[in-house]
Amino acid sequence: MRSRTRENLAGWLFVAPVVVILGLFMLLPILMALWVSLTGWNGQGSPFRAGVPFVGGDNYARLFTEDGLAREDFMTSIRNNVYYVAVVVPLQTALALFLALVVNKRRTFFRTAFYFPSVTSSVAISVVFLFIFSNSGAVNQLLALAGVDGPKWFSDPRGVIQLLVGDPPAALTEHGVLGLTWWDWLSGPSVAMCAIIALVVWTTSGTFMLMFLAALQNIPKALDEAAMIDGATRWQRFSRVTLPMLKPTMFLVLTLGLIGTWQVFDQIYVMSQGNPAKTTLTPAFLSYRTAFRDFDYGMGTAISFVLFLIIVLMTLFQRWVMRERKA
Amino acid sequence: MRRIVLIVFSVVFIYPFVIQIANAFKTDPDAAANPLSPIPHPATLSAFERVFMDTGMPVWLANSLLVTVVVTLGRVLLDSMAGYALARLRFRGRAGLFATVIAVMAVPGVVLFIPKFLVLNQLQIYNSYLALILPLIADAAGVFIMKQFFESVPPGVEEAARIDGAGTFRVFWSVVLPMSRPALITLTILSFQGSWNEFPHTLVAVQDPSLFTLPRGLADLVSGSLGGGTQFPLKLGAALLATIPVALIFMVFQRHFIRDPNQGAEKG
Repeated sequence: MRSRTRENLAGWLFVAPVVVILGLFMLLPILMALWVSLTGWNGQGSPFRAGVPFVGGDNYARLFTEDGLAREDFMTSIRNNVYYVAVVVPLQTALALFLALVVNKRRTFFRTAFYFPSVTSSVAISVVFLFIFSNSGAVNQLLALAGVDGPKWFSDPRGVIQLLVGDPPAALTEHGVLGLTWWDWLSGPSVAMCAIIALVVWTTSGTFMLMFLAALQNIPKALDEAAMIDGATRWQRFSRVTLPMLKPTMFLVLTLGLIGTWQVFDQIYVMSQGNPAKTTLTPAFLSYRTAFRDFDYGMGTAISFVLFLIIVLMTLFQRWVMRERKA
Repeated sequence: MRRIVLIVFSVVFIYPFVIQIANAFKTDPDAAANPLSPIPHPATLSAFERVFMDTGMPVWLANSLLVTVVVTLGRVLLDSMAGYALARLRFRGRAGLFATVIAVMAVPGVVLFIPKFLVLNQLQIYNSYLALILPLIADAAGVFIMKQFFESVPPGVEEAARIDGAGTFRVFWSVVLPMSRPALITLTILSFQGSWNEFPHTLVAVQDPSLFTLPRGLADLVSGSLGGGTQFPLKLGAALLATIPVALIFMVFQRHFIRDPNQGAEKG
């Protein structure tokens, strides 16, 4: 009996520091933020003192139903992030798989080279890409060699679809939904966003490559050999044998990508601050800006919570997919 | 064919770093005119002189070093204690606590920016070293790694020590930890890399330039008053200083960087 009590005590003493830190800085903040998102707190004094206006669901209403700058900015950030997710996730997954296939059974030099970008500081690497994509930078010099006049990457707000099809039909610019015109929704990511996309795909592919590599190395050699004896071509062996075996990893990489891409922040902060013309504004950066630059903490936290909800949905989706696999 | 593909992609992945290093040693006009050239002409250290003379670099470096060392030591000790308790000690509430740790791991960092600021502000430690360090000094992922590790080790030696009358902490400190080198090295490296590179936390923890860490100072340098199209050698030099420590550790401890696939993808 005494030893049971002692083990209880020892157990809690061992976990106490972690419990305090995680409780104070992971769980408590969420509860406090939930409260602040229902207020109009401006950052002065404590958000719990008497004078802080309670606004109920107003902050959320301004994001979704009321016409105004708040909704316009928020919907713009959603639009930008949707394009970002739609391009980054397939690209990084395909590139990671491709790299894993070419470095499989190779010397580790190439693995190291492809993985290295993902361990470096996101701020430092953003600075490097800012230089590479500057007006007379490396990318534009390479484009010039090919006879292409490169864009001013971080000052041209036009979307890539707009660049391809030219000026929009009036029908699309006169009407809209959720505070943005149809054309706003459809004109595609700006070239600035494309530069950020290039950077992120370049940094994260290495991480996902390692996941594919681990999965590739778990595929029994006999399978591939059997297919070879049956006369399957290289492509058939890949699409009928290797790819189905990689399915669980593929799901994992896709869903981790879906969760991660909604959180893009560092690169936006360093490279564009949401510019040009708000085309690289994302919900994460918008919530930061709203709280710490406009001192509208209630609205900033409300945006965080909506983003949280989006990410939770992605996570639940991942859990659901992984459960399917186990069954 | 495969060889050519490998070489092309190696260039794509390595050349940006070559550009970074080369241009940090160039003059401003040279970097603007020949950004692609891997050879500075003329080579100069003036960018680094300006980094150390005209920016807060000495302060940023010192702060980064302090934060990284304290956070890494803290995480290694606290995470392994908690991981050990969750793996080995039978105490009431253990299962629930572990479930909470897993749940915390799934909370996306970006949605906690403002909430963390609220707590730091409420505790009246905003804008201090405590605010920079304390929230980072334990992390759920580290607890998880250590728990998994301790569960994979047979408990025989500890039990022998315990029969000899050693207390729980004594067993942990002088029997368990010395046997845990591989996991401790992994945790040390991940913590070092994570806290050295940490950026968004500094945005919500401090605003006084004398408390800036290197990533924060660098971000400020680039998006702040010195921004614009010029001074790229200076900025790249500063970025290089932020890259080198993690690069060195990566070269030495490469295999420890390869993480458990189930908890990767922390970078946005």
